[in-house]
Amino acid sequence: MIRTTPFHERLAPLNRTGLWQHWSGHLASVKYQMDDKFEYFAVRNAAGIIDTSPLYKYRVTGRDAEAFLAGVLTRDIRACRDGHAQYTVWCDDRGHVVEDGVVFRFSSDHFLLTSAEPNLAWFSDRIGRLNVVIEDVSAEYGSLALQGPRSGRILAGLDDGVGSIAYFHHTPAKMGGAAVNVSRTGYTGDLGYEVWVEAGDANAVFDAIVEASAGQGVIPVGMTALSMLRIEAGLVLIDVDFHCSRFAFTDEERTTPIELGLGWMLKDIAVTDRAFIGRNAIRRELADGTSRWKMVGLKVDWQDWDRRYRAEGIIPPKDEHPITWEMLLYDDAGQRVGYTTSFMYSPVLQRHIAMARVRPHLATPGSTVHLEVTINHRYQTVACEVARAPLFNPPRKTAPMTSHTTSHTTSQGGLA
Amino acid sequence: MTGSRTYDAIVIGGGHNGLVNGAYLAKSGLRTLILERRHLVGGAAITEELMPGFHFTTFSYAVSLLRPDIIQELDLVKHGYFPLLMPHSFAPADDGGHLTLSKDRNLTIQEISRHSRHDADAYDQYGHDMAQIIQAVKPLFDSVPPNLFSGQPEDALALAELAKHLKDLPQRVLHNLVRLLTGSAADFLDDYFESELLKGLLSSSGIIGTKVGPRSQGSGVVLLFHNMGEQDGVFGNWGFHKGGNGGLTQVLARAAQSFGAEIKLEAAVSKVVTANGRTTGVALVDGTELFAPIVVSALDPRRTFLELVEPRELPEDLVENIQRYRFQGTSSKVNFALDALPVFPGLDGTQFRGFTNIAPSMDYLERAFDEAKYGWYSSKPYLDCCIQSTIDPDMAPAGKHVMSCFTHYTPYKLKGSDWDTERDNLGDTVQRRLDELFPGFSELVLRREVVTPLDIERTVGLSEGNIFAGELMSPQLYFFRPAPGWNQYRTPIGGYYQCGSGTHPGGCVTGGPGRLASQQIVRDVANGKTPPSTVVVE
Repeated sequence: MIRTTPFHERLAPLNRTGLWQHWSGHLASVKYQMDDKFEYFAVRNAAGIIDTSPLYKYRVTGRDAEAFLAGVLTRDIRACRDGHAQYTVWCDDRGHVVEDGVVFRFSSDHFLLTSAEPNLAWFSDRIGRLNVVIEDVSAEYGSLALQGPRSGRILAGLDDGVGSIAYFHHTPAKMGGAAVNVSRTGYTGDLGYEVWVEAGDANAVFDAIVEASAGQGVIPVGMTALSMLRIEAGLVLIDVDFHCSRFAFTDEERTTPIELGLGWMLKDIAVTDRAFIGRNAIRRELADGTSRWKMVGLKVDWQDWDRRYRAEGIIPPKDEHPITWEMLLYDDAGQRVGYTTSFMYSPVLQRHIAMARVRPHLATPGSTVHLEVTINHRYQTVACEVARAPLFNPPRKTAPMTSHTTSHTTSQGGLA
Repeated sequence: MTGSRTYDAIVIGGGHNGLVNGAYLAKSGLRTLILERRHLVGGAAITEELMPGFHFTTFSYAVSLLRPDIIQELDLVKHGYFPLLMPHSFAPADDGGHLTLSKDRNLTIQEISRHSRHDADAYDQYGHDMAQIIQAVKPLFDSVPPNLFSGQPEDALALAELAKHLKDLPQRVLHNLVRLLTGSAADFLDDYFESELLKGLLSSSGIIGTKVGPRSQGSGVVLLFHNMGEQDGVFGNWGFHKGGNGGLTQVLARAAQSFGAEIKLEAAVSKVVTANGRTTGVALVDGTELFAPIVVSALDPRRTFLELVEPRELPEDLVENIQRYRFQGTSSKVNFALDALPVFPGLDGTQFRGFTNIAPSMDYLERAFDEAKYGWYSSKPYLDCCIQSTIDPDMAPAGKHVMSCFTHYTPYKLKGSDWDTERDNLGDTVQRRLDELFPGFSELVLRREVVTPLDIERTVGLSEGNIFAGELMSPQLYFFRPAPGWNQYRTPIGGYYQCGSGTHPGGCVTGGPGRLASQQIVRDVANGKTPPSTVVVE
């Protein structure tokens, strides 16, 4: 039997579509109402509730926990302070990405690591003689994300402490009478939080959040809308934007952190003496300039898109539902220079956008590449501008909570 | 006479078209000043906080027709352009019946089937036929129309291109287009549908802002016009801009300023100054003179030709055409602040996420029109309601709501009374109607604002309160908007242009007039061509 998450009892009646998908062996709602775009807008304009419980959660404890993670994770966990979290990846010894996840640091001997796929064996096999215990606590906790401009105010109404959580920090809090941990993290690129609860407390916490959100346009958000949000936010997804190096058959399928646009995790790699898996390969890649790709954002030329479809007698499609298979990219000379990994029409950006990998010399923002599409069963190319990801990156995502401005309504001041 | 200053171009009127025009002119490098009479920009596209936390879209209340090119060319997303989705369109009936159209096609088919299985696929056919007509019209909608009467080679060329464009259309598309341009919405819709509730909903688009019933010849073109809009590439879809249409015009103002345009508020223009058949600038009501070789009026044709300049300086036939140009506003707004979401028995409230169309049949609309024909407002009015706080919660405090009710028919000229006398009675009429459909509605009302055609005229300056700056009827469109021979944004006065909704393509928040007028102006400037001051129109 497919399992359900700790929030299923509350969320199932809210799914009016009958549509569910499987996420790591759990039921996850594709969408709660037929108009998934309305769910998308709830996150961009109010707040959305997303059940992220199917994520794998590993508790890493023991005297050597920090040293262990510093040796297996690509990003330096020693730079992460207690009460902070890091988005990170782990690599194989050839510098190819195994997977990504978020690691929460409680203390030097206590961490929680999340991932999309099972990783217990991979991590356990690398403990060696260190004093470290890794436990899979996936089923013991649920996680509920509240994402969107109103999320902070709503959660702060339940526990003051939430109001002061900085981006990628986390703190213990109390909601619905239950002890929870709240992190300012998420998968939407917006202001947002994730509430980590013991499975038995899920209903109480859910009810408290729903009650605090009442009348504010907050609705549950399914997987389809989440996929739109994460593409705008430039957040990669395993098996879509990259493949786990463990299960790849060819190096063409594999990517390095630098190729994946995560070079910023490795700012200190030239000077650090930290030994971690993949370090030497990554240093060689940087020194020799052997990166094959660079992850970029693409903005499709709106005029070119419209013109080519219109010339074929077709109303130019503007569909927000993501296309998560490759579309090829060419340079001005018609040479193949890359491919998209996720593509969509962005309602907030009013453009077709993509996450893509291009040859490094074309990765400079402002470069032009040409996207291959088929119109009336014929290949055509549409011009795209290379842009820095994330393409949607509002100040509220990282700003201190008090400075959020959510209203464009202006009846006084300015030009009013 | 203080503060005399010189600009390349002065735009009179800071409504959406004035802002769009000013933004494009500034973008083209002209030193541009936009003058607005009121204390806020936006014209009839404003949002006002009439009660703490309750934001009212006083006049226009949704977006669809804003030209997509403007969004891109003026980089509006950067300045906060944010069109929210309205997933539903809800049509309640008095017998407890209801119809909710959704952005999801399958749901819509299912819902229509409850009323008529026949209409389910007819709805798809209607949508497809309409899309083909819009495809055919769109290039004309988004370009400067040819002048039939200029005798200039460029117009002859444009006319030949137009003829070819029409000739190349599939027979069925061209025929449908002509039927819509000349016929009634009812005739067109009757060919597809049998459900009265569905026809009431769809034919409402054929009467908005216009003194016609769904069975009047001419309502077809109004139906077409209201389907010309699009959201995210889907024709006929409407959205709600963050913060209402006032939010949108603030975005336009920021865009205009980013290109260097200056905006001056509380700067009412008394007249356009002319010398030797050319404009030299404007005089403000406070006596200030501002100088510019180009002056653009975003006001309606009556004000542009009969009030801002001396009609004696204009060709007589133009003056005559403007005098008989029809305004006869018939629309009002009744806006509510509500303590809670209204209730329609049997539904959970999510149906309110979009328009609520109160016109349960075409007969209902036609009867509502009957009263207007004889000089009175409808006792059972057509209402296009929108509880906008269900789409944008920032419009009202948590759990509370704002509701905009576009109200038809309310003729500008009442027989034996006037709107100052009838304003509250109209509010009561609308509220009574809402009470009939949503039990207990009146108990939810925290505040009511009634905006009659007279109020629209007084506040915004639109003559006779016509929301389109002149009716959208074929004799007042394309070649003839606002007058034969003067459909290319120029005027007989050199350097004096028009860019309001009284010009092609017309009213609604399209921005098209502002954009196309700017193209004409920029072209005239580039050609070093003095805008024609000597064209004789016979």
